[in-house]
Amino acid sequence: MLPDTFPDPLPPALRDLLERDDPAPHAAMSRRSFLKLTGLGGLALGAFPLMAAAQGVAGESPALKPTQQPSAFLHINADGVVTVAINRLEFGQGVQTALPMILAEELDADWSKLRTRFGDNSPAYADPAYGIHLTGGSNSVKNSFVQYREIGARARAMLLSAAAARWNVDVAALRTESGKVLGPGGRSLGYGELAEAAMAQPVPARVALKDPKNFRLIGRATPRLDGGAKSSGRQDFGIDVRLPGQLTAVIAHPPVFGARLRTVDDKAARRVKGVKAVLRVPLEGGGEGVAVLAEGYWPAKQGREALELEWDTSGIESVDSARQLAQYRELAAQPGPRHFDADMTPLDSAPHRIDADFVFPYLAHAPMEPLNCTVRIGTEKAELWVGTQFPGIDGQAAARVLGLKPEQVKVHVQMAGGGFGRRAVGTSDYVVEACKIAKAARAAGFDAPVRMVWSREDDIRGGYYRPMHLHRARIGFDGRGRVLAWDHVLVGQSIAAGTPFEGGMIKNGVDRSAVEGMREPYPLPMRLTVHHPKLNVPVLWWRSVGSTHTAFVMETLLDEIARATQQDPVAYRMALFGDQHPRHRAALQLVVDKSGYGKRRLPEGRAWGVAVHESFSSVVAYVVEASLQQGRPVLHRVTAGVHCNLAVNPRGVEAQVQGAAMMALSMCLPGAAITFKDGEVEQRNFDGFTVARITDAPAFDVHIVPSAEPPTGMGEPGLPPLAPAFANAIAQLTGTPIRELPFKLA
Amino acid sequence: MITLDINGRDHTLDVAPDTPLLWALRDTLSLTGTKFGCGAALCGACTVHLDGQAVRSCITPISAAAGTKITTIEAATDGSDRIGAAVRDAWVRHDVAQCGYCQSGQIMSATAFLKSLPKGKQPTPEEIDAAMAGNLCRCGTYARIRAAIADAARTIA
Repeated sequence: MLPDTFPDPLPPALRDLLERDDPAPHAAMSRRSFLKLTGLGGLALGAFPLMAAAQGVAGESPALKPTQQPSAFLHINADGVVTVAINRLEFGQGVQTALPMILAEELDADWSKLRTRFGDNSPAYADPAYGIHLTGGSNSVKNSFVQYREIGARARAMLLSAAAARWNVDVAALRTESGKVLGPGGRSLGYGELAEAAMAQPVPARVALKDPKNFRLIGRATPRLDGGAKSSGRQDFGIDVRLPGQLTAVIAHPPVFGARLRTVDDKAARRVKGVKAVLRVPLEGGGEGVAVLAEGYWPAKQGREALELEWDTSGIESVDSARQLAQYRELAAQPGPRHFDADMTPLDSAPHRIDADFVFPYLAHAPMEPLNCTVRIGTEKAELWVGTQFPGIDGQAAARVLGLKPEQVKVHVQMAGGGFGRRAVGTSDYVVEACKIAKAARAAGFDAPVRMVWSREDDIRGGYYRPMHLHRARIGFDGRGRVLAWDHVLVGQSIAAGTPFEGGMIKNGVDRSAVEGMREPYPLPMRLTVHHPKLNVPVLWWRSVGSTHTAFVMETLLDEIARATQQDPVAYRMALFGDQHPRHRAALQLVVDKSGYGKRRLPEGRAWGVAVHESFSSVVAYVVEASLQQGRPVLHRVTAGVHCNLAVNPRGVEAQVQGAAMMALSMCLPGAAITFKDGEVEQRNFDGFTVARITDAPAFDVHIVPSAEPPTGMGEPGLPPLAPAFANAIAQLTGTPIRELPFKLA
Repeated sequence: MITLDINGRDHTLDVAPDTPLLWALRDTLSLTGTKFGCGAALCGACTVHLDGQAVRSCITPISAAAGTKITTIEAATDGSDRIGAAVRDAWVRHDVAQCGYCQSGQIMSATAFLKSLPKGKQPTPEEIDAAMAGNLCRCGTYARIRAAIADAARTIA
């Protein structure tokens, strides 16, 4: 029932991306991708991943030659300051530190002289593996590892060539260290002194990258570059953008998705001091909203509250959570598309059976920075300031709304206060909304930049949730815990349906983002039937996406089989991994060793819980200690074993694991659910929608399996196994498995 | 017109007296270090000090703040306040921030808490949790917040 909000054909590069399963992230970049950029002074090197593919993608400018694109990835100034462009959104995951570490390693830069800046929607900043502007799927370090190394190595080679020419010596006689070229006889020149001369050197066709054993920066626990600014109120986020003459917009959203306005009485709103205008704005899905434009947020919000609005919900589906669950249970009994198939005949004769339904609610992302977007419309152009994971897609959407060509829209990517997927919207919902308001404001005679700011209520009630899911499992197994047949049904809305991602992500009626994490890596005879009902609730990826529910189902059910057959849950999993999954084994073994699992005696009333899961190419295993206090599940201690290949910044990996685990803990706590009654979201703010507090937080240790293999991402993989590990511990105590999130004790 | 003593300076504002202090700080005075998170005193992102007490500026009308000494994150961490600087330094040392959006409020709550302790008293883990229970962090930086506060308490002892 979601409308098709994508009238335009999908850009070819995006279509290619979605149809490609393995984008080969570690392939070396072609020489043609690197370009010297003139006009900036010093040494300026650009990198244009997939130049050909990038043409025609959102926000790009095929008309401009690459050298005209003002997008240097690396700039070394005469004073030796090295500025590295960040081709991703920084929203807590630490790419603003990890990516320059990678570049600085190969450049042998002086870390103390390193600065960063964020990119925009120009072609340079597309993901080199996918060819679109993307921060998501835990891909940033994984896909840009070789890219940033190669830029650093090429710049270093040019600096070396310049020094060799200056001193008239062979390059082989030179070495680099901490921002300097060192030569025979104690000669030394800083990169800043050489930058201009290096710019005259050709960009080398090939460079040798360092052997990982010679890394000095990569792999070292490195403090975040933004730590100081973020610990003193000096870090600006998108919501802090201040442009001359800017007005603030707050919008009244329909109470039911897609509702239209019947009547608008804005007399009282217009009387609020500071209110400039009240604007009726068309919204996605045929809905409408009323924007109040004012000198600041407070008068705009006051104005919104003074509006008298009557809404027309006729012909619009009214979602009700209880009814929806009943419908899902009925649907689970129907035939549907198959993702896996296996022989189910052993099911009825199996010595042991588990029959289980699992229920997962809608979840809001609830980033701490409420969504916002600032739009300045000029003549034949527009600029946006927004914290977005999709600056290319958003720029293209803005162009559609504003009647501009994509290359006439510049998206300045802002530091974002969290996101977790909410800033990667195929429909560009909040960006489109801001553009529509800005357009309406301009039409009403306001030639001013417009900053749209959502309230927390807009965020909690604004849709684009992790979809509600029902899982139904029927498992037959023998006395040794060998699964004979596993008949599984999954019911939940498709995230990709009705978006540009539909073609690439939905295969044979199954949205692959819904089933990721099912079965693998366990060798199980599983039949998986999938139903994707359509409902009037916009849904979206939410940190770790399908694995938010599939890991819970898999890891609690396997634990239940182990318990039913008197087997240790670690040994049971290890036996299933066999020799086929060394990273799973290593992560689990590390966490077992470090936690004292099975060796250390727990305090009275506590139990161990174990889970392990691979998502986004990294494996995380948890051993937890939990108890029940007055019937309430409490998580006391978490030990993590992580396999992400080479950990570029182990301190960042630790933070991501802790943070993802806390987001997972939030899913378990009472009140962590978005529910509907009469089509309306029942929660409004943090009093109705639970986010874990410090009083919920366990003691936490993170251990990383050593590896020199190319890194895999860590933004998401820490999330999926936490809730099942916690649930498994509680099931040990109660003897009854948990089959509903937030935790519902039977 | 209403006059507020903010970070040791008087500011006269021409805004409605029921305007929350948060929006006077952010939109009128461009002191954007204080963050908007919920608008309902549920998350703590907007925490400032009034006469040294941590309050939620999103529900504190400027009429109620007038006559008090208002301190925001900008002044609390600029080095002029020993305890605020110690908290800031501990936050950096422990690499607490992830997205960082809630951290102004976390630091203001932590600073007020440490100031409230008797001289030389080291806070217990339970006291730290109780003092910080009103500050949400969606990135889940709580383990490092605990460590940073305990560390800051040691450095100011």
